[in-house]
Amino acid sequence: MQQYRAHVLVCGGTGCVSSGCHAVKEALLEGLKTHDLADEVLVVKTGCMGPCDMGPLIVVYPEGVLYRQLTPESALRIVEEHLLKGRVVEDLVYRTENLKPVPVLEEISFFSRQTRIALRNTGLIDPESIEEYIARDGYLALARVLQQGDPEAVIAEVKKSGLRGRGGGGFPTGLKWEFTARAPGQPKYLVCNADEGDPGAFMDRSILEGDPHSVLEAMAIAGFAVGANQGYVYVRAEYPLAVQRLSVAIEQARRYGTLGSNIFGTGFDFDVEIRVGAGAFVCGEETALLASIEGKRGEPRPRPPFPATEGLWGKPTLINNVETFANIPPIILGGGESFASIGAEKSKGTKVFALAGKIRNTGLVEVPMGITLREIIYDIGGGIPDGKKFKAAQIGGPSGGCIPAPCLDVPVDYESMAELGTMMGSGGLVIMDEDTCMVDVAKFFIEFCKDESCGKCAPCRIGVKRMLETLERITTGEGREGDLELLEELGQQIKDSALCGLGQTAPNPVLSTIRYFREEYEAHVRDKCCPAKVCKALLEYRILADVCVGCGACKKACPVGAIMGERRQPHEINTAVCTRCGACVEACRFDAIVR
Amino acid sequence: MELSSCSCRAMGQAAVDEDMLKVADEVVAKYRDKPGPLIQVLHEIQVRLGYLPREVLVRVAEGLGVPLSDVSGAVTFYGLFSLKPKGRHTISVCMGTACYVRGSDRIIERLEKDLKVKVGDTTQDGKFSLQVVRCVGACGLAPVVTVDNDVYARVKPEGIPAILNRYDGEAERTQDGRARAVHS
Ligand SMILES: Cc1cc2nc3c(=O)[nH]c(=O)nc-3n(C[C@H](O)[C@H](O)[C@H](O)COP(=O)(O)O)c2cc1C
Ligand code: SF4
Ligand code: FES
Repeated sequence: MQQYRAHVLVCGGTGCVSSGCHAVKEALLEGLKTHDLADEVLVVKTGCMGPCDMGPLIVVYPEGVLYRQLTPESALRIVEEHLLKGRVVEDLVYRTENLKPVPVLEEISFFSRQTRIALRNTGLIDPESIEEYIARDGYLALARVLQQGDPEAVIAEVKKSGLRGRGGGGFPTGLKWEFTARAPGQPKYLVCNADEGDPGAFMDRSILEGDPHSVLEAMAIAGFAVGANQGYVYVRAEYPLAVQRLSVAIEQARRYGTLGSNIFGTGFDFDVEIRVGAGAFVCGEETALLASIEGKRGEPRPRPPFPATEGLWGKPTLINNVETFANIPPIILGGGESFASIGAEKSKGTKVFALAGKIRNTGLVEVPMGITLREIIYDIGGGIPDGKKFKAAQIGGPSGGCIPAPCLDVPVDYESMAELGTMMGSGGLVIMDEDTCMVDVAKFFIEFCKDESCGKCAPCRIGVKRMLETLERITTGEGREGDLELLEELGQQIKDSALCGLGQTAPNPVLSTIRYFREEYEAHVRDKCCPAKVCKALLEYRILADVCVGCGACKKACPVGAIMGERRQPHEINTAVCTRCGACVEACRFDAIVR
Repeated sequence: MELSSCSCRAMGQAAVDEDMLKVADEVVAKYRDKPGPLIQVLHEIQVRLGYLPREVLVRVAEGLGVPLSDVSGAVTFYGLFSLKPKGRHTISVCMGTACYVRGSDRIIERLEKDLKVKVGDTTQDGKFSLQVVRCVGACGLAPVVTVDNDVYARVKPEGIPAILNRYDGEAERTQDGRARAVHS
């Protein structure tokens, strides 16, 4: 193998692709050629490194220097300065809030506070190279498991690790494997749930795009443990790059004999097929997902029977989430006990969160369970941008809830989240600042659930719709006394009577926001006012006569001609005509328009 | 490979329909012996034809030996399948949580105004279809808009015309399900 004196890793996650990493990579290759360095420096395109808002970004090894927000031109400077002359290009490295440059990746707080298990390879290796995966101990866990040849020992190790499902439910993984292994019936099937429906979560996507072999290896291990020879990965159609990387990985694994028949000559056969979803959130629910793989409408069915006893085509089926699987090879190699030493009392190991919304550092982070939200948001996420105040963190997506500022020091684990009226969910963590209206957010999630309800059972199909109508009334100034109590009662009934997890959790965002932000709801209902200035029907745009210089910019911007006034005279808004679109506010350079 | 040569010469049916049925036959033949093939068949036909015309669904039902109600049940259940032809380019605005919190509703307003269509419709000239999606997984760079397979991050309403302009003329629709061009 050829020796290189330096490696340049270019982040090729979806975020960086959209901010232009291909052009940066091309420029690097071009520059290296010009300076005759192509034989000395290797450029590798990796999966998502995590800090999406810094993209396009590269890391130069052996020093581990991270350069961010690059352009093809600045990439060339890195070739000429750093790679040719060995000088760090200071103005392109990460800077802290008080502008101190921090060139080395490991010293940037976004990274230094993380513990990477599920993401151990993501952003470090070329996802389309099985050799690089193998060089990082890839397929070693599978080899060991197959050589030992004891499925029960594998299950025991996973049980010992305390790993719980990362797809939202938090069911103990080892136990699920045991149920499937013991269930009568042949053949058995294995399914990887990569439907990642929570809008605001992208950890499964990043693992599939950045380290697909870790999922394939874990599936083969699980297949051996429960006695299955065929696996399916159900990926949502919105993730074309994940499908492509996974297809490449499956091909390579078959060629290398880590998938297929007689793996490592041990007589164990295991193969994996991809199934692409078709745009239905409810298909993330396990029984709906199985129906979808069978080629039917993805409608959930009552459980029990659980998939472990009656799954795909009525056969015992093990179904786990992508991130759950990604934790398996390290558990086998490092031992269940060592994994269990990380994390909280009942929530072992780490969790990957997708940080998004009103937060300075957006992206993917993997942290030990039991860490507080405050640490995630402020130490890793860098806090709230633009000098705004933190208002709430939405966790658990449409099934979860909003956590207010006074609860920021609660440890993040399955139990504490449930106590706060939300759930861990898959790991979407959307941060909201003072400009977010909690009633509007609740309406957003209920509308999502209404759209995605499969319609099979009445509480969800009709009840969620009624909740949405009530919220729509409240946000348009038609709220009535008693509406909040109605929402609470209806929400509780839906939770108690819906057929599947979608309906059972759909009221959570509403109930949790009423619980923590009741005054904000009451302001909408009683005072017909939206304190965060979001709900359009409750706003009134006004021009401050003493600030307005009469430039006319707003008048031009207004699409409905609601603004009147002579040049150099204060303008005025005719509220009867105004559609409250906000175009004038953006056009005004003097902050003369208020809501 | 075909199940039968096309015999449905119903009045007024153009040659293009026969080609479409031929595509249906090919895809059915490819998946027929696999377990639970329906969704995969519909996927591949939609990728190749752009949508799922009724005649094609009838053909699929016949080919797979399942009732037409099963086929249409699946097509109407899944949001991705379309019974109507789409524009040459599909604009998808993300309305996931992260994008919503960062103002994707204002991007939709702007697109509806500029293109003079509502979400779910196609422009008069058949160039653009406008739709809403729930999270494309680039939440860190919200708000996100995709046009076919190109991803645009941190989109502002003012930036919409520049994006639309890129699809003047040459840019041909790729429907092969792969990430394609890059934009900075
Ligand atoms: C409405 C709904 C949506 C779900 N979406 C997902 C999903 O996108 N990804 C996922 O892994 N699990 C999802 N789940 C959970 C699955 O039903 C199942 O519990 C999980 O895949 C099991 O894997 P785990 O034990 O490894 O978490 C969803 C559940 C419900 C009720
Ligand atoms: S709770 Fe909703 S999504 Fe679940 S089965 Fe009932 S209608 Fe369908
Ligand atoms: S919420 Fe828009 S990309 Fe995830």
